[in-house]
Amino acid sequence: MEQRSTEEDDAAVETRGLTKRYRGGQLAVDALDLSVPRGSVFGFLGPNGSGKTTTIRMLMGLIEPTSGRARLLGEPMPRAARSVLPRVGALIEGPALYPFLTGRDNLLRYDAADPTADPRTRTARVAAALDRVGLAAAAGKRARAYSLGMKQRLGLAAALLQPRELLVLDEPTNGLDPQGMREIRSLVRELAEEGTTVFLSSHLLDEIEQVCTHAAVMAQGRLIAQGTVAELAAGSRGRLAITTPDPVDAVRVLKEHGVTDLVILDERVSGELPVPGPGAADAPLELADLNAALVRAGVRVRAFGAERASLEDAFVALTGEGFDVAG
Amino acid sequence: MSRADEPKSADTGVPKTADTRPPGPTTDKRPTSPLWALALFRSELTTTLRRWRTLALLGVLALIPILIGVAVKIETSDGGGFGGGRGGGGEGPAFFPQITNNGIFLVFASLAATLPVFLPMVIGVITGDAIAGEAGSGTLRYLLVAPAGRTRLLLAKFTTSMAFCLIATLVVALSGLVTGALLFPLGDVTLISGITVSFEEALLRALGVAALVALSLVGIATVGLFISTLTNSGIAAMATTVGLVITAQILDTIPQLHAIHPYLFPHYWLSFADLLREPVYWDELVKNLGLQGLYVAVFGSAAWARFTAKDITA
Repeated sequence: MEQRSTEEDDAAVETRGLTKRYRGGQLAVDALDLSVPRGSVFGFLGPNGSGKTTTIRMLMGLIEPTSGRARLLGEPMPRAARSVLPRVGALIEGPALYPFLTGRDNLLRYDAADPTADPRTRTARVAAALDRVGLAAAAGKRARAYSLGMKQRLGLAAALLQPRELLVLDEPTNGLDPQGMREIRSLVRELAEEGTTVFLSSHLLDEIEQVCTHAAVMAQGRLIAQGTVAELAAGSRGRLAITTPDPVDAVRVLKEHGVTDLVILDERVSGELPVPGPGAADAPLELADLNAALVRAGVRVRAFGAERASLEDAFVALTGEGFDVAG
Repeated sequence: MSRADEPKSADTGVPKTADTRPPGPTTDKRPTSPLWALALFRSELTTTLRRWRTLALLGVLALIPILIGVAVKIETSDGGGFGGGRGGGGEGPAFFPQITNNGIFLVFASLAATLPVFLPMVIGVITGDAIAGEAGSGTLRYLLVAPAGRTRLLLAKFTTSMAFCLIATLVVALSGLVTGALLFPLGDVTLISGITVSFEEALLRALGVAALVALSLVGIATVGLFISTLTNSGIAAMATTVGLVITAQILDTIPQLHAIHPYLFPHYWLSFADLLREPVYWDELVKNLGLQGLYVAVFGSAAWARFTAKDITA
């Protein structure tokens, strides 16, 4: 009855012209076209107030879009919520718990709300989820006594009560100490390896860079970029930097190998590495080969390295603003 | 109103199972567990009952019959009957004078004493907090993405509210019965109309009275649930609901407003005493039940319309 393109079915999350205008007239999300490939770890970036959370709430059927549409795992939201959401685990704007229940009882309650959850395996699944986030020892404590990090873990455990095809994690490392952050990141990687698509919103660029394969950047309700993390970072171009007593020869050799925008500053030569074409038919430039070519040409190289463009550079280039500025 | 958890048409009637889903392209859709609706209700009820506040409120309700019983015992122990000039005066049945003769009247006296204020207040606190409280603490969004389904969650909340009306009433009635049995003699009961019935039949009638009192509360319970869908603040919803109980009670005592009295939810509350007549006066009992049903229908629909269309922003 409804035609779907293959592309849409392949995407774990797909939005077309998704728009939300709140009653006050404020445009929170403006014509969002988002495409999250299945199997990716997708970073959703943007300053506070840029519309990330509103987008996530629309995806999960909590907020009704003003216009546009959203598909989750190939099915329309919010219409198919009942069949889609059991396959989606979510952590939205931080964990929310019943303080007077124990950690275990909190999970039992959330699991009871899932119509597809088998009551016979409930206790075992709750125990497994608690174990997975490292809360097994604190399972019998009331959630009131949990630290912020423990609450965050319990929220994650709720998202992991069932095997999921898609995990939507809104700021999952918020409130965690560095050790906890590392654990969550490795958990995300682990889940991704199992084939779960992870949609991860964060304002920590490092985090996105470390775990994500794809990313999208939002600012003031609009999507300003999306693609693989490599593509996005390449948008701001990584630079090659060489220190050499023979800068002129170095520049000649580098030019031959396609390095552009070469700048000489005393003994330091820097230039832009060629961006591999999107077809990727031509292999990307291997830096070691470049170094060998320099040495072959008799250039004495003292230091050689790529100054990797960070996502932060990309972000600043895209938005022209600092990261934590409210939109 | 277009966003609900699933196609609305199929949603209002019997709980449906896994049959209406569109044939999806993918993997392992788990079937709906048939016992799920029950599990959600049970989870809802136990969660409500495990809250310290709920237990405190029930404790207060249990305390009231004990206080009344002890007060009557002290009042009458120094000889003489119950303080003169009182007893059944005004419009409410008081049952106080009969308590000393028969402990079972403590059940009726306690229900008559708690129905105007304490019971509806407790119900207002519980139902007002039902959705607004979860919205305020954020747990509502996790229940909805679980996905509990908005209509189903509301139904579970409604059923829990109804169950709680019964539980609260039974707490008062049982506490009254136990206290009455401990402090006063039990025996055959002389009804309001002067006919004496056996204690067993009186117990049955007491059970009927408790059921009527519980049913008298479903109107305010549904109003509370509706108010609860309007805000993200549990406290605000509780205060509004309790305020509404008091307002309705005040309006019900102003003679100039007699035109609206038959539509006020507390108007027929004390009609439960008619069950203690032989033959039973059904007139006001039926009016009461009809009025409560009207409140449930109107405010239940309003709550559903509001809750299924609401943007969950907290």
